[in-house]
Amino acid sequence: MRGAALDPGPLDPGPLDPKTAPTFPMAARAAMGDTQLRQNVRHATDVIQAKRARVAAEMPDWQELREAGKQIRQHTMEHLDYYLQEFETNCTRAGGVVRWARDADEARRIIVGLVKASGSSEVIKIKSMTTEEIQLNSALEAAGIHPFETDLAELIIQLGRDRPSHIVVPALHKNRQQIREIFQREMNLPELGEQPQDLADAARMFLREKFLRVKTGVSGANFLIAETGGVCIVESEGNGRMCLTLPETLITVAGIDKVLPRFEDLEVMLQLLPRSATGERMNPYNSIWTGVDASDGPRVFHVVLMDNARTSVLADAEGRETLHCIRCAACQNACPVYRQTGGHAYGSVYAGPIGAILTPQLQEMHHAQSLPYASSLCGACYEVCPVKINIPEVLIHLRNKVVKQNTAGVAGLFDVEASAMKAMAMIFRSERRFRAAQRLGRIAESPLVGKDGWIKWLPGLLGGWTQVRDLQEMPKETFRDWWKKRGAHGD
Amino acid sequence: MCRSPLRLEVALRVALFITCYNDTLFPETGKAVVQVLERLGHTVEFPADQTCCGQMHYNTGYQAEAMPLLERFVQQFKHAEAVVVPSSSCVAMMRDHYPKMAEQIGNPRLTAALETLLPKVFEFSEFLTKRLGLEDVGAYYPHRVTYHASCHGLRNLMLGDGPMRLLKAVRGIDLVEIEGLEQCCGFGGTFAVKNAEVSSAMLAEKTVAVLNTKAEACTACDNSCLMHIQGALHRQRTGVKTLHLAEILAGEERATV
Repeated sequence: MRGAALDPGPLDPGPLDPKTAPTFPMAARAAMGDTQLRQNVRHATDVIQAKRARVAAEMPDWQELREAGKQIRQHTMEHLDYYLQEFETNCTRAGGVVRWARDADEARRIIVGLVKASGSSEVIKIKSMTTEEIQLNSALEAAGIHPFETDLAELIIQLGRDRPSHIVVPALHKNRQQIREIFQREMNLPELGEQPQDLADAARMFLREKFLRVKTGVSGANFLIAETGGVCIVESEGNGRMCLTLPETLITVAGIDKVLPRFEDLEVMLQLLPRSATGERMNPYNSIWTGVDASDGPRVFHVVLMDNARTSVLADAEGRETLHCIRCAACQNACPVYRQTGGHAYGSVYAGPIGAILTPQLQEMHHAQSLPYASSLCGACYEVCPVKINIPEVLIHLRNKVVKQNTAGVAGLFDVEASAMKAMAMIFRSERRFRAAQRLGRIAESPLVGKDGWIKWLPGLLGGWTQVRDLQEMPKETFRDWWKKRGAHGD
Repeated sequence: MCRSPLRLEVALRVALFITCYNDTLFPETGKAVVQVLERLGHTVEFPADQTCCGQMHYNTGYQAEAMPLLERFVQQFKHAEAVVVPSSSCVAMMRDHYPKMAEQIGNPRLTAALETLLPKVFEFSEFLTKRLGLEDVGAYYPHRVTYHASCHGLRNLMLGDGPMRLLKAVRGIDLVEIEGLEQCCGFGGTFAVKNAEVSSAMLAEKTVAVLNTKAEACTACDNSCLMHIQGALHRQRTGVKTLHLAEILAGEERATV
């Protein structure tokens, strides 16, 4: 057995950051070399997908629920300013303190300041992709505050000095044996078994001490309810409930897109979300809290409402439905691309199809331009989305934005792909040119065609094709030539 | 006049939109479509100036380049009684994107012409099953075959089991269902070259599924997926061929009764 003290574990790769991440094809190549990761991702997504399909199929009104979900989200986004202010008013009235953050930097500064003001040098955290988005843990550590992740998957990520690869199951790329090794090493438990019960017991012992000791908690939010000023979080483990109820100070950070108009909108969302996310009819823990109560729970409650480019997404009529997302990750589980690469290749905490549209927009199209192309447009994501976000449509819209960027100015004149596309478009605008191009194509390909009539190597951009595929030579006669000849014979 | 029992009372004038890549790379598919439609008693027309629907441009982000191709399509096909297209993805392009594109062009006459035209545009198998209400088109194909459901046919056109019903009615066929029918093959147009490695990995799963059926041939309603699948089946020397659904439905028993 490996000595726990001798193995320092992996180096910290740092948080996922779209600003510095490699392009998707490059990152995907690296990820696809990890056979263990691919095996883990395939297995996990197969299991969750099958569960989701089963519990969605048992709902006679599933399609109506999806439509209701879409309508609620669309209505909310159309009146976002109104509902955010309503939330602020009602949350404040209930004893919460609402702060507004323009961007990640401002959100981090506010949260670090609030933690310091709480007098604690440690925080316990519920799983929150929003805090991952703003790289909160690094900022806390830089300020001398130690964050403890308490969600089992996030704990695995934190102890393993790893990065989340899935919105709902951040450690989906790790299997039980790998988790055991991390726990053995980091919790100093060399004799730890590998049964789920062993691992859960180890995590419970490790975390319980933190829950009882740490006086400040940080959470994200699934929903902010404008009508009541309440905040809703659903989870499976109960560790979140501990973070929400035991600390003296609770700081919630949420994107401004998380608001819902009415309490009764939860009726729709709490049917859609668990079934889509984990394939459960209901989450084991559904927490809703409204402000503070002197008799129980945290005495101080802050909500940080963060924009971080969401208003710029909202300003784009064709891209704004991205904000309807309720972070169920059904699209990740259904995506045949994610299935091959896992989440890290997307260079962002938001991986998979939703990440491919959300990340570049949150970067205001300055980074992550390869992500809208990380899809075969198969539509599996749209099919399972509980709020009917037409992800393929948004991907195409964002591709158009990327093309416009790449072809703007003088540099655009030298863009190989754009030049080829424009040339082809010109050919397609005339039947005569099209026929000439068909003839030219046969001549141009002839040096590449083997004796058996197949092309095994293509140059430049097309070389990707012949990495694993052959291409049959063009037939001698096009359909239109055949048709013409047929007509000439008086058929 | 001799009348086949398959023939309909009303013969249609069917305009064939062959699509740019079928025209250039898969002329046999076009010939098969003509053969099937004529066998059923319909007249096939081929508007001579047709070229491309604009899908590749549109889906790759070159929307402006696709606009004139929409106008061209409407111009060429506006007088057709029915338009048949042997490509799900091209029909999906038209149904899903043409209305919005026409709106952006902002020509009311174009929008009106498109509104009249679009309901008359059918993917080939869809024309047979939904427009003509047929399953048995009198085909004979004595081989073991598996069917690949292309994503655009499955999710955008909602072809459902239409193509499978057509195949089941083919005499002599040994039809085997593929595992993971709803899983994308990884073609995705320019995706296949822009993300060649991921596309290859998806293709690897699909070819394993094809080979597991022990079929002699893999068919589909899209030659684009098939070109991609065929490319790997050939590279791997599997001896399994691919062919468009129309080519199977065009098969006839030579012996006459």
